[in-house]
Amino acid sequence: MAATTHIPVGLPETEALSLPSKLHDWLVTVDHKRLGILYIGTALFFFAVAGVLAALMRWQLAYPNSTFLPPEVFNRLFTMHGTTMVFLVGMPFFAGLANYLTPLMIGSRDMAFPRLNAFGYWIFLMGGLLLYFSYIAGEGLAGHGTAPDVGWFAYAPLTERAFSRGTSTDYWILSIILTGIGTTASAINVVATVISMRCKGMTLGRMPLFVWLMLVVSSMVLFILPPLTAGQIMLLLDRYLGAHFFDTQAGGSAVLWQHFFWLFGHPEVYVLMLPGFACASEIIPVFSRKPMFGRAAMIGATIGIGMLSSGVWAHHMFAVGMTTSSNIYFAVASMAVGIPTGIKIFNWLGTMYGGKIRFDTPMLFCIGFLFQFLIAGLTGVMLAVAPFDWQVTDSYFVVAHFHYVLLGGLMFTLFGSLYYWFPKATGKMLNETLGKWHFWLLVIGFHLTFDTLHFAGILGMPRRIYTYAPGRGWEALNLIASIGVIFQAAGVACLVWNIVRTLRKGEPAGNDPWDAWTLEWATTSPPPEYNFAVLPEVRSSRPLWDLKHPEDPDWRYE
Amino acid sequence: MPARIIKSGTTMDFPGRFIVLLVTAAVFAPGESVYPIGNVFKPEATPAESIYNVSLLMLAICAAIFLVVGGLLLFTIVRFRRHKMDNSREPAQIYGSNRIEIAWTVIPVLIVIVLSMATARAVVEVQNKRMPPDALKATVVGHQWWWEIRYPELGIVTADELHVPQSTLAKPAHTFLKLQSADVAHSFWVPQLSGKVDLIPGITNSMWLDPRRTGIYLGNCAEYCGTQHANMLIRVIVDSPADFEKWAASQKVNASSDPHLEAARAAFLSLNCINCHTVSGTAAAGTFGPDLSHVMSRTTLGAGVLPNTAENLRAWVRDPQAIKRGNLMPNMQLNSRELDQVVTYLASLK
Repeated sequence: MAATTHIPVGLPETEALSLPSKLHDWLVTVDHKRLGILYIGTALFFFAVAGVLAALMRWQLAYPNSTFLPPEVFNRLFTMHGTTMVFLVGMPFFAGLANYLTPLMIGSRDMAFPRLNAFGYWIFLMGGLLLYFSYIAGEGLAGHGTAPDVGWFAYAPLTERAFSRGTSTDYWILSIILTGIGTTASAINVVATVISMRCKGMTLGRMPLFVWLMLVVSSMVLFILPPLTAGQIMLLLDRYLGAHFFDTQAGGSAVLWQHFFWLFGHPEVYVLMLPGFACASEIIPVFSRKPMFGRAAMIGATIGIGMLSSGVWAHHMFAVGMTTSSNIYFAVASMAVGIPTGIKIFNWLGTMYGGKIRFDTPMLFCIGFLFQFLIAGLTGVMLAVAPFDWQVTDSYFVVAHFHYVLLGGLMFTLFGSLYYWFPKATGKMLNETLGKWHFWLLVIGFHLTFDTLHFAGILGMPRRIYTYAPGRGWEALNLIASIGVIFQAAGVACLVWNIVRTLRKGEPAGNDPWDAWTLEWATTSPPPEYNFAVLPEVRSSRPLWDLKHPEDPDWRYE
Repeated sequence: MPARIIKSGTTMDFPGRFIVLLVTAAVFAPGESVYPIGNVFKPEATPAESIYNVSLLMLAICAAIFLVVGGLLLFTIVRFRRHKMDNSREPAQIYGSNRIEIAWTVIPVLIVIVLSMATARAVVEVQNKRMPPDALKATVVGHQWWWEIRYPELGIVTADELHVPQSTLAKPAHTFLKLQSADVAHSFWVPQLSGKVDLIPGITNSMWLDPRRTGIYLGNCAEYCGTQHANMLIRVIVDSPADFEKWAASQKVNASSDPHLEAARAAFLSLNCINCHTVSGTAAAGTFGPDLSHVMSRTTLGAGVLPNTAENLRAWVRDPQAIKRGNLMPNMQLNSRELDQVVTYLASLK
């Protein structure tokens, strides 16, 4: 074989289809790229919906004794917001990115199981629609049209029939089981693809970090979804067949549900967050013009996070009355997760250090992510200090903390990835000016909202209250937090407008607009259905660098 | 909604509200208030203070990390940004350094060790406290959406307001709480006295308090427990030892039975109220709702939703759903004569 890397370019598509046959194509597609786009489009749609729910809640909480929303409506809003963001935004965004990019990055023509892939998407979509169908068909204490109102972690025994009559909780259970099936299908597919479909020369050691992280996330999903699904089925048995797993009035255990839920729920946080890390690990090196600093350490830290995060679930339960030794164990284990997470932040920093940093929109979002995730990580360490957690758990401090992780961390990297890979998927560049407006408005709004809410928690404001009396020191903080929503909404509006505008008349992107190094940039934008006319062969972790710098290729050092 | 008018006393227009907000923002933690401000960082009892102490160490460590890492990040993006004049050459390609990786692994490990020790110590201090023989014992039972409070050794049953004696250096006074739930999970949280402990059905949890300053400490139910989770307020009222004795003595006796209010009492006892409420010394022995034997000795109605005045009491009895929507006390559809009699009788239960 020759010393250079072979990266042939795909052939252009020429067919022009009518609208119905285009739609039909999307419905029956098993192409990983189309399914990836479907996943991401659906995730963005549900993101907008969950954002509207959040805005309604912030409106209600903007001032004390507000009567804008009645309590039962508010309770449904936070249940639907949480469930939507975790199961219908975070998870499908991850599935979409993994689907779209994994085969391109490892130089393969598709995922290992294309039909399973399509099945996964459609069953996930049905799960999502089922959840919202409860607003029409659900029945509960307040009559018909009742969405679930038990909170996104649905603590027993509030979910038992004695306290949650009607069907709204059942919609919640079934929807989560369905989306879980979709996610499992997608995770199996990613693992199988990464293991068996890599192109020639793509050893595990040369695999892009993005793919590595997706492999770890997908393996985690396979381990953590079973406890959740088992818990949901036990709850269904309780509700319909008279089982008493969580029915405390018949000797069931309320705490058992918490263990089942958080055995899933805590690693889930990392399942949501690692795809964010994956995007940052691709974007930061390209825009710093340097390879990832400490690649092996990054992979090790990822696996470390994956393993450690499955042993810390009960830090969500410090207040349930566990023994002293359990509390101390879970506190120390949770702090230990901070070590590999810290290593990651340091390595990103090391990558930027000494580089020539370009501040295009994807990189701006990644820098925002680094700052915000640093703070989120530190408040995370604070919450691991069990005694401090006794004070601030279930308060607005925790609300602010996990929004720092999931909005300030995850959503920022996902927005960054959108700007980064949009040109690849559509062939058109998103507008940079609008992108910068999106970024800065979101930064301002995010900090107005979530910096202040930490203090509300310190001053004793519990989460999930639909109103509060004046005079407890919470009014100004809540008003500022609500004003922040306006900026965040304006930022997201910039993104939507940017996407619409670019799809209609965006500038052509070319194959490799960012001067990047991984295989997806070697094919056309958008890539043909078969991705690569001839499958590539790689000799290092940055095949396009080797191609662009034949005088100084990476493989010389690997 | 009438609730709002009665609750806030005056209805404020928007500018008025905004001015109040500005004032609150200016004076971030003002002193006395109808609703005293809780604050994790103003401990008034030993458990909250143990937490406060470890929190200070934790904050110092986190602030230091933030300054160092945040500073490095800021330096990097300023120093290593691409300049307009830069040539197109790529910067030096550095792949990593084992020595640096080891350094930034070992330092966090050391920090975690230090923080773990401090955490373990505080956990033990709060959780493993031995109950002194002279401690006051109380049982708090969470209900949707109110608190039942019992002092088994004193024979007192009350609701939503936990009276405890002040603890002084000369005479330490500990109150040990048993926490239980009658329905779903709740959580007891009064930030200035202690961290949260959940009230979970089927389990008895415990916590302890030794507040040093008299006054009212306000807290909320901190575990989502259904429709009216927001209006499940708990007040801990710290009395001087003498005041506590006086309060206990007034609660131990049977409910007052003013001979002038015979007709009102008879009316009350003839209605469905007695199925859910207890009034000591009468046939009313329901346990589903709060004990009313000394209802007028409490400062609020509906677990903190309204100040306890005769006027508010009447509004509550007339239609509790209009004030605390979704709560488990139904609108009893009393006619105005019945309403007068019930309210007259209840208002006499001091």
